[in-house]
Amino acid sequence: MTRDDIMEKVVEVLEDALGADPEDIVPAASLTADLDAESIDFLDIVFKLEQTFGFKVAQGELFPENLTDNEEWVQGDDITEAGMAMLQAKLPHVDLAPVIETKKVSKLAGIVTVDSIVNFVERKLAAAG
Amino acid sequence: MRWNWIDRILRHDPGDRLDAMKVVSLSEDHLHEHFANAPCMPSSLMIEGMAQTAGILVGAISNFERRVILAKIARAEFNADAFPGDQIRYSATLERMADAGASTKGTVEIRRADAQEFKPAGHVDLFFSHLDGDRAPDDLPDGNFVFSDNFKILLDGFADNPEC
Repeated sequence: MTRDDIMEKVVEVLEDALGADPEDIVPAASLTADLDAESIDFLDIVFKLEQTFGFKVAQGELFPENLTDNEEWVQGDDITEAGMAMLQAKLPHVDLAPVIETKKVSKLAGIVTVDSIVNFVERKLAAAG
Repeated sequence: MRWNWIDRILRHDPGDRLDAMKVVSLSEDHLHEHFANAPCMPSSLMIEGMAQTAGILVGAISNFERRVILAKIARAEFNADAFPGDQIRYSATLERMADAGASTKGTVEIRRADAQEFKPAGHVDLFFSHLDGDRAPDDLPDGNFVFSDNFKILLDGFADNPEC
């Protein structure tokens, strides 16, 4: 499956899960900031990705849960060195540049983009062979 | 105020499917405002009926230990109204279950007061969240406020009491 094929299906998933206009579902669009996704929508998106592409997604694999509750990772609005290492290890599909620059939790809110989802699917399909 | 929008559970295949029945009665207050001279069951309350049907299906999986909250109406389409004297059958099937929540698909059928057969009336697909553990706000009341005894009675079935 080519990246364009994946993008086409991801647009369908996000259109269905978020009720978003397909024209707004562009690679750079942030799921929360631009497409108005709420926390429950991420679970919906995970379910639909699993159905569409035939793989399983572990809890927290697309985006880590309860990040701010862990003092090892977050202190106040600051992401610790351990937190940054965890993010880089667990989120290879996400462009972390805005977070690396500021190390602020507030920068995490809109960091998952349509492109992140396409990257995620591409990696999952490649891993499955 | 009672908030029961299903009257009977007709079928329960645990973790898979639950069917419930609602009988529409003109004695229900909402029908006198929706609408004054043409009473019909509001679609929003049929969504609630499906939410209760599907919610019991999901809640029963944990023996009602977990708080199951309606989080999202993924789809709600209706092509028929229900009138006093009609019966509504809600059929919910479990689509996906995860620690964080569950998704269900549902069909709504209506049997007219003077008809033998149910006819398709709509589809309602829902998303439930498990509001417990790290996902629960600190100010939630204790215990499981989602599932009242009424729902458990519905699931257990009514007592067969000939003196009633």
